[in-house]
Amino acid sequence: MKTYENQGNNDTRSGFGAGLTELGRTNPNVVALCADLIGSLKMDQFIEENPERFFQIGIAEANMMSIAAGLTIGGKIPFTGTFANFSTGRVYDQIRQSIAYSDKNVKICASHAGLTLGEDGATHQILEDIGLMKMLPGMTVINTCDYNQTKAATIAIAEHKGPVYLRFGRPKVANFTPVDQKFEIGKALHLVDGTDVTIVATGHLVWEALEAAKALNEKGISAEVIDIHTIKPLDAKAIIDSVSKTKCIVTAEEHNHLGGLGESVARVLSQHNPTPQEFVATNDTFGESGTPAQLMEKYGLNADAIVKACEKVIKRK
Amino acid sequence: MANTQQLEDITTQVRRDILRMVHKVNSGHPGGSLGCAEFFVSLYNEIMDRKEGFDMDGIGEDLFFLSNGHISPVYYSVLARVGYFPIEELNTFRLLNSRLQGHPTTHEGLPGIRIASGSLGQGLSVALGAAQAKKLNGCNHLIYSLHGDGELQEGQNWEAIMYAAGKNVDNIIATIDLNGQQIDGSTDTVLPMGSIKDKFEAFGWTVLEIEKGNNIDAILKGMAEAKSLTGKGKPVCVLLKTVMGNGIDFMMHTHAWHGKAPNDEQLAIGLAQNPETLGDY
Ligand SMILES: Cc1ncc(C[n+]2csc(CCOP(=O)(O)OP(=O)(O)O)c2C)c(N)n1
Ligand SMILES: [Mg+2]
Repeated sequence: MKTYENQGNNDTRSGFGAGLTELGRTNPNVVALCADLIGSLKMDQFIEENPERFFQIGIAEANMMSIAAGLTIGGKIPFTGTFANFSTGRVYDQIRQSIAYSDKNVKICASHAGLTLGEDGATHQILEDIGLMKMLPGMTVINTCDYNQTKAATIAIAEHKGPVYLRFGRPKVANFTPVDQKFEIGKALHLVDGTDVTIVATGHLVWEALEAAKALNEKGISAEVIDIHTIKPLDAKAIIDSVSKTKCIVTAEEHNHLGGLGESVARVLSQHNPTPQEFVATNDTFGESGTPAQLMEKYGLNADAIVKACEKVIKRK
Repeated sequence: MANTQQLEDITTQVRRDILRMVHKVNSGHPGGSLGCAEFFVSLYNEIMDRKEGFDMDGIGEDLFFLSNGHISPVYYSVLARVGYFPIEELNTFRLLNSRLQGHPTTHEGLPGIRIASGSLGQGLSVALGAAQAKKLNGCNHLIYSLHGDGELQEGQNWEAIMYAAGKNVDNIIATIDLNGQQIDGSTDTVLPMGSIKDKFEAFGWTVLEIEKGNNIDAILKGMAEAKSLTGKGKPVCVLLKTVMGNGIDFMMHTHAWHGKAPNDEQLAIGLAQNPETLGDY
């Protein structure tokens, strides 16, 4: 079984910061906006190097989204930065009308997504954002899994024309994808070959899926692991090809099972290849305060939960 | 009626509570909490007319809404110290399964809390709704609310400010924590807002300033005056000039402690500057 080495824990938001810094040096049209969370979004270096291309909006996310839309008129490529909650639900109609419907080239970069935001609690832990954003016509939705991938994705979305939602997180997590791996929007990453069950994961759950595959391997179960960093457009072929071999699937995401990756996968499979599926996701609930690890345990979003879901879905074949 | 010394003693204890709560979980927001400690202590012990116990509708009593929910440490400490829940529960701040969530919430049923806050900019609208419900209920009690100055950058505030004056919601006293700081720096460096006083007045509010927002006598006097200005057809705004991090010398006058907890050594220094009065939880 193919295994992956953790190159050292790092936060995905720092990957975003590093990607933005690189864009600052290579693409003069890239501009950045923030709503009083520069440090949290790791935008300091970009700002230091390109003060004239940075807009501190203040605590006014709705204003930020529509200003970003305006900046595209004249060829700028705006990257907005705030927490995932304030990047989506807080400003949904601004995104819907000024960005998505108007087809503006805005990159909505959202940190502190999901439960792993930790102690701040449910007011800040959005578990509905993938659903909100994937429902918007024309919106590309990406949830990266580690530092390297987040950096690569940040750079890649500047080249893509059209609105993008880039979702990443707060805690330091395993960094395991190759440092020089190019990011292809909409192209799933085949991480581990397997024959008994397919695990399709996104964001922080990808590393957990790899851990789960190891544990399953020790039990004599061969799991295929796919990193779906792009939830929309979904790489349907990668999913269908895999389940035609394994005949069952587990989806894993740090998000509500309503509206998340799992439902997108279920739609594809029900149309093309109906397949038993289990969902590792939150169960229509808000989050709460706690450490990231405690919360992922309590809400069933870790390697253990993936192992259990795999064992369950295999029995349903 | 408590005297000033008694209220100061409570405040000292509240500062200890704040420091110990955020230190234990290495997260939370001490800066704004400390800046508003005198205000909360005065509000809950003297200014508000409160009933025994807690019920959501709060008919026949004054109500308070915290819009800048990140200063939950001071809110929780004062709620516990005036008896809404046991002070021992302060030990559970931000822990898994606690009622004392990072930001205030009704979801876990903590007595004293009537609305979730944390996502900034929504509290004034909620307070206005509650104020209008009081009027519909024929209840003559008042609504108090607190808002950060950085928080005023959220546009919804200005919708609410316009609404309150336009609809003559005159049973509300909205206080602004004018500490001049927010996360990324001073409010002037992040987004200069000009005169908050002129803005509220232009929108049709009665505005009152408390220059010494960390002085209990000044708060009591100012809030009594604010109360006398309610019921006259206009909403009332109090601009409370506070010092972020007040009472812990190394935390004062800076945004650095907005959302950062002290380490062991810093905790010890802070506690030494604020000797126990009512007793630690
Ligand atoms: C809608 C929203 N945007 C951003 C944040 C993140 N945030 C929390 S506190 C804060 C600064 C608030 O400044 P201020 O109201 O002046 O409070 P102080 O720092 O003085 O306590 C920010 C930006 C938030 N909680 N809600
Ligand atoms: Mg402030």
